[in-house]
Amino acid sequence: MSASAEWGPAALLAVYRKALLIQLVDERMRSLLVSGRLAAVYYSPRGQEIVSAGIAVHLKPSDYLVTTYRGIHDQLAKGMPLKLLCAEYYGKATGACKGKGGPMHITHPAAGIMVTTGVVGGGLPIANGLALAAQLKGEDRVTVCCFGDGASNIGAFHESLNMASLWKLPVIFLCQNNGYGECTRYDKSTTAAHIADRAAAYSMRGVRVDGNDPEAMWRAAGEAVERARKGEGPTLLEANTFRFMGHYFGDPGAYIPKDEYAAAQARDPMPACRAAVLRSGAASEADLTALEREINAELDQALAFATESAAPDVSEIDRDIYASGVAA
Amino acid sequence: MSPAATAQKTISFTDAYRLALDEALGADPTVFLLGEDIGDEEGGGVFKVTKGLSTKYGKHRVRTTPISEEAIVGAAVGAALAGMRPVAEIMLMNFVTVAMDQIVNHAAKLRFMSGGQTGVPITIRTRTGAGAGTAGQHSDMLEAWFAHVAGMKVVVPSTPADAMGLLTSCIFDDDPCLFIEDSLTRALTGPAPPPGHRVPLGRANVSHEGSDVSVIGYGRPIRDALALAERLKGEGISVEVVDLRTVSPLDTETVLKSVAKTRRAVVVHEAPRSFGVGAEVTARIQEHLYDSLAAPVLRVASRDVPVPFAKVLEQEYLYKPAAIEAAIRRTLDSKARR
Repeated sequence: MSASAEWGPAALLAVYRKALLIQLVDERMRSLLVSGRLAAVYYSPRGQEIVSAGIAVHLKPSDYLVTTYRGIHDQLAKGMPLKLLCAEYYGKATGACKGKGGPMHITHPAAGIMVTTGVVGGGLPIANGLALAAQLKGEDRVTVCCFGDGASNIGAFHESLNMASLWKLPVIFLCQNNGYGECTRYDKSTTAAHIADRAAAYSMRGVRVDGNDPEAMWRAAGEAVERARKGEGPTLLEANTFRFMGHYFGDPGAYIPKDEYAAAQARDPMPACRAAVLRSGAASEADLTALEREINAELDQALAFATESAAPDVSEIDRDIYASGVAA
Repeated sequence: MSPAATAQKTISFTDAYRLALDEALGADPTVFLLGEDIGDEEGGGVFKVTKGLSTKYGKHRVRTTPISEEAIVGAAVGAALAGMRPVAEIMLMNFVTVAMDQIVNHAAKLRFMSGGQTGVPITIRTRTGAGAGTAGQHSDMLEAWFAHVAGMKVVVPSTPADAMGLLTSCIFDDDPCLFIEDSLTRALTGPAPPPGHRVPLGRANVSHEGSDVSVIGYGRPIRDALALAERLKGEGISVEVVDLRTVSPLDTETVLKSVAKTRRAVVVHEAPRSFGVGAEVTARIQEHLYDSLAAPVLRVASRDVPVPFAKVLEQEYLYKPAAIEAAIRRTLDSKARR
């Protein structure tokens, strides 16, 4: 938050810093998976970095985030500590969830990361509840709910948008439209030309934005967050982007036409954002190299912490099922 | 004490539910209700349980919702994560199936999956039961489904006083509770509980002591069992009635203590027989008490068919008090063989 109240070089750099963190962590995770040093389910966010970074710079730690199994970019942008994240990926006792949730259920309330769900669309109804609690308590707190284009075809999406609009909840439904719901292309699963159009059915503000464009994303997200903060109700924000690594890690992606993939690569947001930062004068090549080194060093430490940490004690299996004690 | 003060006051199930909600709303600002038609402008709920509460506590705390069960339960889950104690009303148990993702994948598991960071203190009130001609989609007893999911608590009261005390405990419990009301007997009355009454979750109640056979159940059949216990006393048959009250976590200790004494058990519920709570209770008894049992543990339950409409078929579907009696006698006949 408060990276900048106005768009300019400082705001661009703030977005890029978060996006770069996502990019570097994702690269490392994939390299660990490929080399067999990490065994985990993984849903790469490669290509969607700007979307998460562009909204997160408008958020406070106390704002809530609900995201999905493809959520590492959202979590990192929201302030997920790397050590806790990495240790959870390794299923260690020191992980964010003591090794009980894993990559698909990263939770860290201290940074407002309240729910990561493995069920498509499962987060939207819960986001309403978080927003409702803030509204009832009169707190200055917004809830951002991230999901993909595929989730907009599940019933929970429609029930949730209607309820959020009806109750004017301080929630932003951020649909990261990467063109594919699992392995099925958007136009083969969805009749609406745009996800944002569906907001009209619920008298909700619907906005479509190029999620690869830092300025456009920053402006659209900022406006949605500000409206929610002011009590002006929810927004369905559709950020158009692309998913370079397929649905799951190791997905051959044969269902993606080659020319579509090539066109997306030409629009890869990360090199473009880096170039824009350099052009803006907010940072030099040397500054960015130093930033990369800094992130990589922190990541090295986090991964060392993760690999050196102990696995959960087997007795943990009986804990945290109920607030106290275990089911009879 | 004046005679008026000592006279036993009575209360209906509906009044008991309302009393619990009223007291909880009054005691704790984090408690709020949400559900279809529950506000006074909509009549205070189809079953009138919440009548008067939105007027007393405001529409923001007694919230009428769209007909969106998944969104209702999800909103309760989210609000609970943020420190509230929501009580969601799902009009009928069959409609709870529409919200299964929120209950099974989220409410029940978020505490565990987050390593204990995020508990979900919600109460879902719902009602069901056969006998009123509401057929296959308005009558099912599905408690076993939820008891099968780790992290859920499942509660079925059999008296108005327990209803008030158990519902209050659910609301102030830190885990997700499914509270199941009986559609058929909402006007039935029983002794009134004292203000602030709470019945602990996970604790069964020996509602009638006996020494020959234990009848173990919950909800509606408990009344049948108690009537039988009284009647069979005249024949010298001593029946102990164990009301589980909380289906999950199951109070195995009280069940085993009773059956260790009587050496005979009949497990009864309104839900269909197969894969029901009765199977679980029966299994636990034989796992622990196999050597001391004087007879096989018997189950009395409804038929394994969809709940039918026609009265004659609906009655054929439902468990029968006569079947409980027959089962009791069968366990006693087994005495001759031991």
